[in-house]
Amino acid sequence: MSVLVNKDSKILVQGVTGSEGTFHAEQMIEYGTNVVGGVTPGKGGTEHIGVPVFNTMAEAVKETGGDVSIIFVPPPFAADAIMEAADAGIGVIICITEGIPVQDMVKVQAYLADRDCRLVGPNCPGVMTPGEAKVGIMPGFIHNPGKVGIVSRSGTLTYEAVDQVTKAGLGQSTCIGIGGDPIVGTTTRDAVELFMNDPDTNGIILIGEIGGSMEADAAYWIKENGTKPVVGFIAGQTAPAGRTMGHAGAIVGGAEDTAAAKMEILRECGIHVVESPAFIGQKMLEVLTKEGLV
Amino acid sequence: MNLHEYQAKELLAGYGIKIQRGLTAETADEAVEAAKKLTEETGTGWHIIKAQVHAGGRGKGGGVKLAKSLDEVKEKAGEIIGMQLITPQTSAEGKLVSTVLVAEDVYYPGESETKEFYMSVLMDRTTGKNVIIYSTEGGMDIEQVAEETPHLVQKEHIDPGVGMLPFQSRKIAFNLGLSGQAFKEMSKFVSKLYKAFVGLDASMVEINPVLKTSDEKIIAVDSKLSIDDNALFRHKDIAEMRDKREEDPTEVEAGSYGLNFIKLDGNVGCMVNGAGLAMATMDIIKLAGGSPANFLDVGGTADAKRVEQAFRIILKDPNVKAILINIFGGIVRCDRVANGVVDAYKNIGDINVPIIVRLQGTNADIAKKIIDDSGLEVHSAILLKEAAEKVASLI
Repeated sequence: MSVLVNKDSKILVQGVTGSEGTFHAEQMIEYGTNVVGGVTPGKGGTEHIGVPVFNTMAEAVKETGGDVSIIFVPPPFAADAIMEAADAGIGVIICITEGIPVQDMVKVQAYLADRDCRLVGPNCPGVMTPGEAKVGIMPGFIHNPGKVGIVSRSGTLTYEAVDQVTKAGLGQSTCIGIGGDPIVGTTTRDAVELFMNDPDTNGIILIGEIGGSMEADAAYWIKENGTKPVVGFIAGQTAPAGRTMGHAGAIVGGAEDTAAAKMEILRECGIHVVESPAFIGQKMLEVLTKEGLV
Repeated sequence: MNLHEYQAKELLAGYGIKIQRGLTAETADEAVEAAKKLTEETGTGWHIIKAQVHAGGRGKGGGVKLAKSLDEVKEKAGEIIGMQLITPQTSAEGKLVSTVLVAEDVYYPGESETKEFYMSVLMDRTTGKNVIIYSTEGGMDIEQVAEETPHLVQKEHIDPGVGMLPFQSRKIAFNLGLSGQAFKEMSKFVSKLYKAFVGLDASMVEINPVLKTSDEKIIAVDSKLSIDDNALFRHKDIAEMRDKREEDPTEVEAGSYGLNFIKLDGNVGCMVNGAGLAMATMDIIKLAGGSPANFLDVGGTADAKRVEQAFRIILKDPNVKAILINIFGGIVRCDRVANGVVDAYKNIGDINVPIIVRLQGTNADIAKKIIDDSGLEVHSAILLKEAAEKVASLI
């Protein structure tokens, strides 16, 4: 079992004919993901990397029954692509694009508020359910089907955690890269909630970073509602205040959004915090073993 | 991207916002000419000389001075231009002032008392909505006001669907205790400021103080404006206003290579792919007993050319005693990165600090062999744990 995507998901790739879209869609197909089509305005009616291309998302959904989309559209047009997917009735929209203007995302968030869909990202590596569906840009081979759910704001740091979990002899139910922007569709708390409700997830790894209050919100929710062990790590203990550390959302604005403050809140809420990112997998194994969940 | 006060005022004036007018000068003589011209245009008697640097608290550091005559304009401008301005927001060395803004005096006496307010607009991350923050306590450090008298700092969230509504600007003007002509002026000021915030794709605009003059006008006396870097593609004119002198030269150089680099004051340099892993690598360095000398995200294509550029950037810092390269090869193959590291090392030639290369992911074992067989003073690691131990043993 898994959350968000599985072997039955019908994936549409927005921006499929671009270089990023082409490369990663091919990798997804190679992994065995059920990619049913792509959209590039003006290239409808053609075929690309073995899947049909449509002009609009509405047409693509009608013809293929697609229910998940992944977006590789350049930043100036990405917000529009998200809203087009929502309008076409897509249930899970995964936006990989990095560099979308914040004011565009303010509009997207308002547009999605009363629609029945979930956005993951933007500026994220995507969602991976090992052995079933790779809907993103992550390397497939480091994953192993299993029972650990991973939520993270980062790309390569997520791969690091995945790799450690796999090397510890465990596997992943689903890995959700929620993205490094100030406004993201699925928050840390949303992802944690999905994992808590997933019968086949036994433990959760929560990887956060400086900036914003998403990790604290998730921690307070876990304290009230948590039923599974959670291992946490917050990146950026040495980040200076007021500087944007690569991710647009990774900036210390006040005393509450430093790594130290977040780690403290996580600890208070019963989360197993590791100070070093080298011990994420090991800690998860330890905790699951102790609780008899391996 | 941050802008200077004079650039921000120019942009805000484009939205019909009343500003304290002024002219820029780079020498004391130019300042006198600017002052004469400004008096002709505005009738101002006195002038304010304001240092143009990207840092708040300029007044506290002696970067803002009142001149009551043209002789004083020359004297004060001469003092400020060329000075290393130290404020609570600059480093200990301060910032070199190369330009001043010669501004009109807007605190002239009149029928009513002048009054200062605070106003800013930014995106509130907890709600995903834009918010106007305002206070009757203008001209002061707003963080201090928020700490000591939180009830005096008020917020108005804006619905993204409909934008700012007239009742909201009226509410703000009433809450600031205004009436009559000043009330009308403030309502207009607020709605224009919000339009400017959205129209300019600002990440923050802060006016402190907003002044009610003795003749009931509402004026932006200072202005701080930063623009969302991700939106600069649709503001080419603003992108050209970037003043690279205000930024760290090494960071500017790194940016020109497409490297995301931030200079820090530690002793272990690092080179990483991905921002999250880069921050985590800095944390590892600290836990190993060192201190990170930089943040550096080389991005997705860690080829020989980029690795060499990154090496050269890191090695400019004399405090660097070791360099940790941490690459998680997913799509990018580790053996390619390893060859890149070896080539870059040989091209540079005189690297005198130990290098630890941790390559994990696709072909990590082949990569480790390439590093180990290179004969260079490069230590290899596969697990993050091993890399941390090597850092600890080398410093």
